[in-house]
Amino acid sequence: MGMNTNGNPVLTTTVEAFEKLINWGRANAVWPFQFGLACCAIEMMATASARFDLARFGAEMMRASPRQSDLMIVAGRVSQKMGPVLRYLYDQMLEPKWVIAMGDCSSCGGVYNNYAVIQGVDKIVPVDVYVAGCPPSPDNLLYGFMKLQEKIAKDHPLRSQKVLKELKTL
Amino acid sequence: MGSPPILAVLAVIVAKALVVIVVLLTAFAYMTWLERRLISRFQVRIGPNRVGPFGLMQPLADGIKLFFKEDFVPAGADKVLYYLAPGLAMVTAFTAFAVIPFGPPDVQLFGVPLFQISNPNAGILFVLAVTSIGIYGIILGGWSSNSKYSLLGALRSSAQLISYELGVGLAIVGVVLLAGTLQLPEIVKEQSGFFFGFLPRWNIFVQPLGFLLLLIGATAETNRPPFDLPESEQELVAGFHTEYGGMKFAAFFVAEYVNVITASGVATTLFLGGWQGPFVDQFPILGPLWFVVKIFAFAFFFIWIRATLPRIRYDQLMDVGWKLLVPLALLNLAITSVIVLIWPSLGGGS
Repeated sequence: MGMNTNGNPVLTTTVEAFEKLINWGRANAVWPFQFGLACCAIEMMATASARFDLARFGAEMMRASPRQSDLMIVAGRVSQKMGPVLRYLYDQMLEPKWVIAMGDCSSCGGVYNNYAVIQGVDKIVPVDVYVAGCPPSPDNLLYGFMKLQEKIAKDHPLRSQKVLKELKTL
Repeated sequence: MGSPPILAVLAVIVAKALVVIVVLLTAFAYMTWLERRLISRFQVRIGPNRVGPFGLMQPLADGIKLFFKEDFVPAGADKVLYYLAPGLAMVTAFTAFAVIPFGPPDVQLFGVPLFQISNPNAGILFVLAVTSIGIYGIILGGWSSNSKYSLLGALRSSAQLISYELGVGLAIVGVVLLAGTLQLPEIVKEQSGFFFGFLPRWNIFVQPLGFLLLLIGATAETNRPPFDLPESEQELVAGFHTEYGGMKFAAFFVAEYVNVITASGVATTLFLGGWQGPFVDQFPILGPLWFVVKIFAFAFFFIWIRATLPRIRYDQLMDVGWKLLVPLALLNLAITSVIVLIWPSLGGGS
């Protein structure tokens, strides 16, 4: 299974088809991590409830265990004390995993421009989508979620640098 | 009629088992879909509808995603048991379905009844025994993950399952007394005909208390809400499968839903006349259809109470199990025994 297809057209098409299938599955079954930090969490709950209904995208399965979730929605400011916990939980999630920084606080510190709050959660975990707003309304989060789905659909799960590196070590 | 070739008989048995497993797996996949859609409707939401018509491809997307998740073993876990536990839970869930008849026993090929995989003469005992082995999957899964949440979840689960097994067993004894046999096809046959010419002769009308107790007990034994304490996320993160992700978690998920289907099948067989329904005598093929309809009714009921009832507290759970379920089941058993004794025509045994 050399994922370096070397320009072989049949192999490239097969791998592309498989990648499409995997991406389709991953993009439509994103299970978020049940992890609310502050006021944004209320908007996150509103996103999952009636009227906005995150379930339409197959993403209402809020898992309480990091092992079973794919998406960490950092909903709220992250204090210096919460930082290590957040990173720990992120490390406990299984690959592939994604992060949405929801709201101004987790994106850049927002109004909490002080020593107690981490100025942007991207200092400790890699963020895929930033959702602006203080707090963002549920439709903002839904839009961010759909952007994440687009990002997942563009991924190359079988040909990424990570996979190639792992194949070399085998 | 000469004895049929042994290979043909074996082929029929294997094909039968394969078909049932495939059907059960499909039923599991679409029960998750049904549950998500129905709960959405109960909560005035829409539910998964982006993949395929009515979101019908949702189980497939979930399956693909889980299949391509990272394969993971926690540090300090007992590797063999960690891998064995989900498989054990899943296999026992499938095995218990083997003795449940889902159609008339007269439909045969090479002398093998097509609508039941196996017919041991201790049928209902087999179901109870195999579902009890399923507890090992949960205990070993919780113990081998080397995590306190998993272990606590597993302990709770085992305590819950053992407590409710007793009530369920006693509730079933009432039906066994009436039928005079442990064989499930015989119990179904005993329920044919009508009371007063219009009411089906189902055990639910003879043993309403037993049916209620079995229903409560089955809900608790399959870890369904409101008895889903082993995985209550406020206290135990996700219970015994906290450290499980990807396909191993999916195996536990399969086990839970197949257990729901099996419990519905047992309740249908014992209390709702199994595969019996209108026109089954003329067209035996309708048997499985009626059976599926009744199982669907139970599945709907289980989802309905999940959407309706909040999770109960642990001490309340134990109170219901030991102070309500067991005494009522004993009472039911005593009354049934006396009636069968003084009115033997009701009991099939004599």
